[in-house]
Amino acid sequence: MNQVSVRYFAAFREATGIEIEQLQTTAYSPAELFIECAARHDRLQSFSRALVAINDEMTDWDAPIEDGDEVLFFPPVAGG
Amino acid sequence: MKSFEITSEPIDLSAFRRRLLDNACGAYVQFDGWVRDHNEGQEVLRLEYEVYTPLAVKEGLIIIDEAIEKFGIRNACGIHRGGLLELTDVAVVVGVSSPHRAAAFDACRYIIDEVKQRLPIWKKEYYASGEAEWVNCQHCAHPM
Repeated sequence: MNQVSVRYFAAFREATGIEIEQLQTTAYSPAELFIECAARHDRLQSFSRALVAINDEMTDWDAPIEDGDEVLFFPPVAGG
Repeated sequence: MKSFEITSEPIDLSAFRRRLLDNACGAYVQFDGWVRDHNEGQEVLRLEYEVYTPLAVKEGLIIIDEAIEKFGIRNACGIHRGGLLELTDVAVVVGVSSPHRAAAFDACRYIIDEVKQRLPIWKKEYYASGEAEWVNCQHCAHPM
């Protein structure tokens, strides 16, 4: 089990009603972690076209998660 | 000169342009993104930008470096707004100066396109109907 922090932004934050949570997880990747989180938060739907960062570095949905990581779930972006 | 910033204050365009002055440059291209009054059939009254500033700045600077490397321009800067914006406000500005115009046009286009796709910035539109929605986020959340 890894201890991780998860941060939700914009539409994801509104869907979960929280900004940050601490979790014990066996998820290997952000993709697996998102699916775990969506099982606990009814309104969290899909990470299709969303971006993810670990410890303030943009990364891939199948990157490995390590103990102590902070995982940032970014809904599809819309700057400009 | 290269820089990328996030601000919650109105952007001073003349000060921005001055940063990019360079005796070796014969071309300056600037792109402003403005808040407009419609999107996908809805009348838009105002916008709100949420920005995750640490990564937006970091990724913005990476894009600026990519443009300098790729197009051989001398200077490139960008500023993106956060917070509440009204119609016609400048939401984003990108400026590029270069010895010649072709590279300046190409680099400016590259930077704004990448900024829109890669920076952790989200736009909420407030509509005349009274509703508000996060743009591009139809599948993020199940409806209430």
